Amino acid sequence: MKGRITRRAFLKEAGLLTAAAALPLGLVNVAWGKKPTDRFTFAYISDCHITQIRGTEFVANFDKGLQRAVLELSFLDPQPDFVVFGGDLAQLGKVAELEHGLEMLKGVTLPIKWVIGEHDYYLDLGEYWQKHISPLHYSFDHKGVHFVVLNSILTDDDWTHNRWPTAEERMHQMARLDNPHGSPFMVKREQLAWLKQDLAKIPRTTPLIVLSHSPLYKIFKPWNFWTDDAEAVQAQLKQFRSVKVFHGHVHQVLYNQLGPITFNAFMATAWPWPYPVTYSQLPNKVPELTVFMNRADPFKERDGTGWGSVQVADGLVHHYELWENSPRTVRSPGAGKRPEDTVYQDPAKRIPPQTHY
Amino acid sequence: MSRTVAGAVLAFGLALAGVPAGTFAAPPLGLPPVPIPADNPQSPEKISLGKRLFEDKRFSGDGTVSCSNCHDPAKAFADGLPVAEGIRKQHGARNSPTVINAAYYESQFWDGRRPSLEAQSKDPFLNPVEHGLTSHEPILATIRGDKDYPGQFRHAFGVEPAALTIDHVAKAIAAFERTVIAGDSPFDRYLYGGERGAIPASAIRGLDIFRTKGRCQDCHSIGQTTALFTDNKFHNIGAGFSRIAGRYLQVASAFRKARQQGKEVDKSVITDRDASELGRFVVTLRPSDLGRFKTSSLRNIAVTGPYMHDGSMKTMEEVVEFYNKGGEQNPFLDSGIRPLNLTAEEKADLVAFLKTLTSPQYANLAQP
Repeated sequence: MKGRITRRAFLKEAGLLTAAAALPLGLVNVAWGKKPTDRFTFAYISDCHITQIRGTEFVANFDKGLQRAVLELSFLDPQPDFVVFGGDLAQLGKVAELEHGLEMLKGVTLPIKWVIGEHDYYLDLGEYWQKHISPLHYSFDHKGVHFVVLNSILTDDDWTHNRWPTAEERMHQMARLDNPHGSPFMVKREQLAWLKQDLAKIPRTTPLIVLSHSPLYKIFKPWNFWTDDAEAVQAQLKQFRSVKVFHGHVHQVLYNQLGPITFNAFMATAWPWPYPVTYSQLPNKVPELTVFMNRADPFKERDGTGWGSVQVADGLVHHYELWENSPRTVRSPGAGKRPEDTVYQDPAKRIPPQTHY
Repeated sequence: MSRTVAGAVLAFGLALAGVPAGTFAAPPLGLPPVPIPADNPQSPEKISLGKRLFEDKRFSGDGTVSCSNCHDPAKAFADGLPVAEGIRKQHGARNSPTVINAAYYESQFWDGRRPSLEAQSKDPFLNPVEHGLTSHEPILATIRGDKDYPGQFRHAFGVEPAALTIDHVAKAIAAFERTVIAGDSPFDRYLYGGERGAIPASAIRGLDIFRTKGRCQDCHSIGQTTALFTDNKFHNIGAGFSRIAGRYLQVASAFRKARQQGKEVDKSVITDRDASELGRFVVTLRPSDLGRFKTSSLRNIAVTGPYMHDGSMKTMEEVVEFYNKGGEQNPFLDSGIRPLNLTAEEKADLVAFLKTLTSPQYANLAQP
């Protein structure tokens, strides 16, 4: 039976691929921006985790992931307006890692909007990033859409400043998954005040897109898939009619909707994480809307990794480009409707997990 | 369920139709039942009609090319050439894959651009370097004017000559192709038949390498009870891809432009060697699919060379060496493809194993 289900799923998918290839841009008539001509796309690369071994030697696998994403972006036709880098360019925040990553990202000829991840931050607390790459939080407008970039990976001052003998030790503690010495992320009061001020200038009907590294909601505390003051951020965002939040950090396909706020995760170019529910019986809040990524095949380094693109129009179309796994498209139909996976929403259509290992 | 499995049909009818024995019988050792589409059930009349259509040279621009030119039963339903040779000795860009067990593929052509044998079989007629027709109409005209075909179509489909379409032709050819099934190889007798002496010790070692250090199993799948030796997926292993090295974007953009201007994929990939190397990309336009080609089954591999989508490798030894060095490096290389560090003996064992995949009906074609 397995063979037949796979076959059926394959045929459905083949249909989608053709549709996706032919699909989006020309077909969408209503744009989000002020003018009907203001539709646009942006691409998203995240969680590259460039890792230095020694000197000029870096982990080749992670290098290849970023290189591939950069190369594939150049094949997009039409080209997106800009690229979002979603954080965790480096693994241990070293200047050598950041610079090696930046060197590869020079292949992106489009403007890049930067979001900082905890792996980029906890060695020098964002000093290099702010000096050479980007501010840690900021906002900008593009074709009638207001974008807000938040630094969502802050922790309390005691953890950050007092607990560790060295900056390296702090970085090591933060770089570990499932670490009892870790600390949940926060946006923190100062940034919340800035956000309030920033949003005050914007009419509530303006489409809002928020870019953060960690999810601005709570999924699983033991892995720090968690932003402790997420509710305070959400309270501000909810005043807007339509809000989309895009984040990295979780290295997996994940989407959620809380009131008018739609959340979409992008996968990593480095490696895929499993979903918390596959790991333990501890309470977790993996969103009901999530349709799990087909489990990555450990035979292939690049399985479960990739990059994505987003079409901003009347509702969003979020396309996950998974390199060695089935591509996925999530649509938000708008007007308060929940985002839906275009193929796998129906459990019967999902590709069954591999069983031959 | 859109597919049904071929049931038992009277052997009597088969004998009359000149259809190979075993056509409707249980599948041979090592193979699952052949998937049969609900809208094209097998019948002896249809199969024997399909066989005749498959061999009819009149369905080509100069009357010299039939399906069996490139898929010659005497050459294990392949042609032994690196790339297909069509009318006026023109050469395409792709190697002719064997029809043997093609019924099990979930998509057809090296890039999977057609979902079924029915859809596949209509394309080569219209390809300028293959059969070279400009429409399917001459085929239907020939059939209508033939002394036997109208009666055969009536028996197979209950259709009168005036109502004939190319889809009837395609269905008959596909029905015939679904009878070109071959299992029961020494490997099958060894693994599924419990015949311990069916393959030599070197091949047994080779099977182990195939499943472990050689990393072959992941794509050329061997199941618990049957083995198709394909995952029905598409992979970039780098073969032939260096042809467009450094020009990926340029070639992809040119192809995309040609497609937007209405040029058919089938014509592009057969007539344009650069476009051919784009692989699965030509179907999906996904950059991730650049240079990916369908995993070929390995059954009867010893008698269906040369190998790869471009026929660039003559021998199995060459293919094993290619994988041993980790394929051909390129930015889109599948991440499962990596150097294997096989010893000379391990490589020889792998080849010995591949030689055990030849079915009895094609064993006479194997090199000693």
